[in-house]
Amino acid sequence: MTTPRTDRSPWNWLLLLPIAVPLIPALFNAVEPRLFGIPLFYWLQLAFVLLSVAVTLVVYHMTRRAR
Amino acid sequence: MTTEIVIFTVLFLIVSGMGFVASRWRRPDDIASLHEWGLGGRNFGSWITWFLVGGDLYTAYTFVAVPALVFGAGATGFFAVPYTVIVYPLVMIVLIRLWSVSHVHGLVTPADFVRARFGSPTLALLVAVTGIVATMPYIALQLVGIEAVLKTMGVTGDLPLIIAFAILAAYTYQSGLRAPALIAFVKDILIYVVILVAVIYIPAQLGGWGSIFDAAQAKFDATPAPTDGVLLNANNQLQYVTLALGSALALFLYPHSVTGVLASKNRDVIKRNMSALPAYSVLLGLIALLGYMAIAAGVEPIGTDVNTVVPQLFDRMFPDWFAGVAFAAVGIGALVPAAIMSIAAANLFTRNIYREYIKRDATDAQEAAASKIASLVVKVGAVLFILLIDPQFSIDLQLIGGVIILQTLPSVALGLFTRWFHRAGLIAGWTAGMAAGMLMLYNIANPATNHAHFGSSAFALSKLGLDTKMTIYAGFLALAVNLIVALLGTLIARSAKLADGPDATRTDDYTADQGDPRVHDLEVTSST
Repeated sequence: MTTPRTDRSPWNWLLLLPIAVPLIPALFNAVEPRLFGIPLFYWLQLAFVLLSVAVTLVVYHMTRRAR
Repeated sequence: MTTEIVIFTVLFLIVSGMGFVASRWRRPDDIASLHEWGLGGRNFGSWITWFLVGGDLYTAYTFVAVPALVFGAGATGFFAVPYTVIVYPLVMIVLIRLWSVSHVHGLVTPADFVRARFGSPTLALLVAVTGIVATMPYIALQLVGIEAVLKTMGVTGDLPLIIAFAILAAYTYQSGLRAPALIAFVKDILIYVVILVAVIYIPAQLGGWGSIFDAAQAKFDATPAPTDGVLLNANNQLQYVTLALGSALALFLYPHSVTGVLASKNRDVIKRNMSALPAYSVLLGLIALLGYMAIAAGVEPIGTDVNTVVPQLFDRMFPDWFAGVAFAAVGIGALVPAAIMSIAAANLFTRNIYREYIKRDATDAQEAAASKIASLVVKVGAVLFILLIDPQFSIDLQLIGGVIILQTLPSVALGLFTRWFHRAGLIAGWTAGMAAGMLMLYNIANPATNHAHFGSSAFALSKLGLDTKMTIYAGFLALAVNLIVALLGTLIARSAKLADGPDATRTDDYTADQGDPRVHDLEVTSST
């Protein structure tokens, strides 16, 4: 009999970060500073992709089950 | 022009041929069962899942509809980026539980789950019908993508579109999920190549990113429309945010995303993929900016069809042979998801309507046959959506689908976490949400073509009597109505002592993983 498994892990709370941050226009709704001529609005939202990747990777590794 | 057509046709035919070969790839003993045809036997590992899920999430929509919206309205169109950023963490929290419970109970569709969870065949039927109907405009969007490419190559009339879909229908019919899974590799490689070339080569030709954005700014400054611009304004920020969140919530309720996720081998495959899939989001953001490049390059859409701006841009900037490759990428990029979507919708029909209401003792072969026919019917439905609904931006086809599918969120997504809702409340909520959503969509006009109805998905709050110019995603409001009614309905049902449906699932079913004795490979078919 295996021990009861659970999804609950404090690490999962971290997932709220990449969900909430892209939904706050005040953070990115501006032209300056530009990056390679690209307004902040565009490059920062693309950067949020990296945030999402980083967070999901961390959560994946921290909640992975030992086999 | 001839070179473009030749290259497009050759690539298209090669890939379609692969679809037929796919029916022999990893061939099971018996493809005439729904699990084999519809879920590819459910033993896909990380790589295939990545391509499969990525393949059906990033589609002709990406290549054609998103840049078209950016071209026409500016910053609003970039909502696709936050949308595809937040969807993965959401999936990691929600769909992973669906994977477990599905593998314990042999569930193939979201409606299967609802039936097991809430013990209500009626609710399951509603969820199934919703999934099928919501998929149709999404498939329609893929058709629009192929159409835009063909238009740019100078092919007119309906015939090319009919041929393209006949090919699609034929190979999905033959190979099931195996066809799109194999083709997804080719499609993604093609798309990556085209995009990398496009975002390096075109800006260089146009004098750099700075001048591209300046050109866009100049264009939006010159138009009288208050809603466009390189940045969001006070009135469309709410629309932007609700659109991103609403689309993300809708995405994993679609039967095809569920199919992709369920086909993975275990929970870790899903989690790993959720951190790998955002690679597509970067790509999507860059593709969205093709809309601005088209502005800077002075591209004009063919007629009033803004969907043609990206194909037109490729046509103008690339040498003929590479434009042909790019068009093939768009065409195949439409084919793969359309196949996956129609298969998923067909699974829904077979499992939750055919077997539940039409032929209870259907054999595996009969089920697979019913699914194949249903997938054809769904494709025909998609064509009808194009003919009957003509929104200003084709992306609204997807967003209208989103309004519909979001109404299953309380039963499916919330149901994965809680059984608090009463089945009667959920049914009432679904009805109210769907009615509200349809009413709102019906009342949104399309000023560009002078259509009074189904013009877009941005609902003006002033229509509710609020003194504001702000707009909101109609699906989001409809979902709010749905939730409130479901909540009240549940309270009423409880106080009237209406019996809850039996719950076939247990708490630890939602966390089971591969290797657990209760987790089946789902080769178990008709016993569920």
